[in-house]
Amino acid sequence: MGGSMKAPEKEILGTKMNHRHRPKITALVVDDNMVVRAIHHRLLQDLGIENQVAVNGKEAVDVHSSGQYFDLILMDMDMPVMNGIEATRKLRAMGIRSTIAGISSRSLEREKQEFMEAGLDDYHEKPLTADKIVSILHKISNHSG
Amino acid sequence: MERNQQLRRQLASMRQSLFDQGHLDEQFILLEELQDDANPNFVEEVVTLHYRDSARLITTIERALEKSPLDFNKLDGYMHQFKGSSTSIGAKKVKAESTQFREYCEAGNGEGCMKTFQLLKRDYATLRRKLEAYFQQALPGA
Repeated sequence: MGGSMKAPEKEILGTKMNHRHRPKITALVVDDNMVVRAIHHRLLQDLGIENQVAVNGKEAVDVHSSGQYFDLILMDMDMPVMNGIEATRKLRAMGIRSTIAGISSRSLEREKQEFMEAGLDDYHEKPLTADKIVSILHKISNHSG
Repeated sequence: MERNQQLRRQLASMRQSLFDQGHLDEQFILLEELQDDANPNFVEEVVTLHYRDSARLITTIERALEKSPLDFNKLDGYMHQFKGSSTSIGAKKVKAESTQFREYCEAGNGEGCMKTFQLLKRDYATLRRKLEAYFQQALPGA
């Protein structure tokens, strides 16, 4: 599957991302599935990324309305109450400039396109792996210079 | 020492058979790689979450399949959730049957849905039984 990072790579990533002059990366996992939330939370934790979880798009929007900010948002597409497309549009309309990566089991190009057009910076098909997260993180470090 | 080695071999054999028989795929290995001293039971915890999630969905789908006419959109939605959870733990056979079920939903094929669902339940129960036996064996002091 190619999703496994060796320990030295994780260490290098940790050093790069958590340099003493650079604050630790924070992330928000948005997914209605408790199994997926647990796995994504652990994957991020294993990479040294502090993270919280939200069970749907509305919760993701509310947590931002309360003033919290995250460097990275991993956004599922299909969720009750508010789906990922709507949540992404709302967050962008609120002026949230975090890196938002769509993480979904949808594979059709038009579905991916609709999600991207809502304001995503990146998109990956499930299952999420450490390698995929690293490729997303490189976008954060590129944005911040 | 010899007994411990024997138990370890038995455990490894149980684990390998889950892959050889097509019940699990490489996603399960990813979960194992996330297990460490700080999270020693991570795999079992995630699998237990999956049981909770999937048992609820199986009941929901069963009830939905009893209705007439069948609401294929709802059935597809429920199975999408079930498939997501199964995929996350590497449940290979169950994932394939979930995909098949969704194809029958798209085609409006109620009989296909019902037959596939019976196969899915059977393979889900088999995987659950085998994983429970595996984790029981893997417990320290077992």
